[in-house]
Amino acid sequence: MWTLAFFAAPFIAMAVVSLTSHDGGGGLTFANYQQFFANPSYTQALVNSLEVTLIVTVVSILLAYPFAWILAEQIPERWQRLALILAVLPFWTSYVVRSYSWLLVLAEKGVVNNTLVQLGLIAEPIQLANTRFTTVTGFVHFFVMLLTLTIFANLKQLSPSYRKAAADLGAGPVRTFLHVVLPLTFPGIMVGAFLTFVLAIGDYITPQILGGNNELLMPQLIMLQIGRRGDFPLASALSILLMAVVTVAYLASARWLKIERA
Amino acid sequence: MRGTIRLATIIYAILIYGFIFLPVVTLVLFSFQATSFPIPPFTGPSLRWYETVLADSRLTSALGNSLIVAVISSALATLLGFLSAWGFARFYIPASAVLRGLITLPLTVSYLIIGMGLLVLFNAIGIPKSLLSAGIGHVVINLPLCFAILYSQMGEHQANIERAARDLGAREWQVLTLVTAPMLWPALFASFFLSMTFSWDEFVISFLLTRFETTLPVEIWNLLRSGLNPKTNAVGSLVFLVSIVFVLLFELTLFRKQRR
Repeated sequence: MWTLAFFAAPFIAMAVVSLTSHDGGGGLTFANYQQFFANPSYTQALVNSLEVTLIVTVVSILLAYPFAWILAEQIPERWQRLALILAVLPFWTSYVVRSYSWLLVLAEKGVVNNTLVQLGLIAEPIQLANTRFTTVTGFVHFFVMLLTLTIFANLKQLSPSYRKAAADLGAGPVRTFLHVVLPLTFPGIMVGAFLTFVLAIGDYITPQILGGNNELLMPQLIMLQIGRRGDFPLASALSILLMAVVTVAYLASARWLKIERA
Repeated sequence: MRGTIRLATIIYAILIYGFIFLPVVTLVLFSFQATSFPIPPFTGPSLRWYETVLADSRLTSALGNSLIVAVISSALATLLGFLSAWGFARFYIPASAVLRGLITLPLTVSYLIIGMGLLVLFNAIGIPKSLLSAGIGHVVINLPLCFAILYSQMGEHQANIERAARDLGAREWQVLTLVTAPMLWPALFASFFLSMTFSWDEFVISFLLTRFETTLPVEIWNLLRSGLNPKTNAVGSLVFLVSIVFVLLFELTLFRKQRR
């Protein structure tokens, strides 16, 4: 019951605060929500957030699936554990540090630019830091590891007899994959995608460090309201909107998420 | 044909490994940089930035704070998770599934929003920003995890042993401390170390809920304002090392459990 106290109470407090107004005028209003929808730069933050999150989710899955498949099916059994631990090792660097590392890699004179210039592929360093590209890269890096884990677990759970059955019925490896393995791991992919979506859309650190202030995402907007303006009511309203988006995403994918539980 | 596929998969795997390790390798390599910019060319190896870090009292005290918060909040989260999991597993509780869902709900909510909610709440009831409030925040995020791990480990055969202990005259608290807890110790350790790892890394909640005394991730965040700096690399590498130790402990306890 302790959780309820410390978890539910903040939400109720937040919901109430989101209805009050910043200048201390009494009464409950929806002014903060109106303010959000009336201000294009605020709604833009939500749009940015959704775009970045969707790109990240799709790219991460596309990169992670083949990788997980290689780990699960191409690598000899006894090396798999080691290969997997290695693949998710950087997962355990702290969030802040990981983002900073990407900044190093993509900085104007950083490793990537340096290498490209040395190879003569580009004449001048390109601006990589503080763009959406960097934010996406940072996110994808994290979620490729996460998704590799979930998809790997999924592939390992598949009973080999499915594959044998498909082969017995005359399907080649490609058809087996497309018609048997892929559909069977689909629920796992959806769970991973949902996890990615939820974690990415609520993250402040990665966009703040890597994206800079050129393009605001929702969590940055929330922090801005707290940090610079001390506007808790608006920040609460924004948080609640963000939660609403996550809830909608959950409901939209619940159909597939449920299959997994069954 | 088979050969090409084989080659393609190998190349792909190497590329992904490269992508995954690129930032970490860069981080660690340039923490040994001898000059003051962590960008190529590499001028080290040198330990001067590690010396700077260890001489920086803000960083070392933040490190201490981080460890204290991590140990205490994880111990508390594990204890509370254990008690609630035990309650759910052993007693009839109305609407048990719904309540269990509620306990694990915080897992799906962004840390930012949890931190935000706690900040608003603490403001309203007048708890000042401090390491204590950040610690409470860490318990909030880790409790669901501990609960989920421990609940999944409590089975029927343990209930039978508990019943036997009770028949032999053990009191409820004796059953809990002398029978249930020892049987679950691998799971307890696993939740503890996993919580440690998360608390150790956690930034947003600490950032929102502490003021002057703070934890290491927040202090590193402050360092970032000075731009790219090998000192940050050095701290980052140290933090990474500690996380790896936590993870190894976690893996080891889990591994031992599997072998039994």
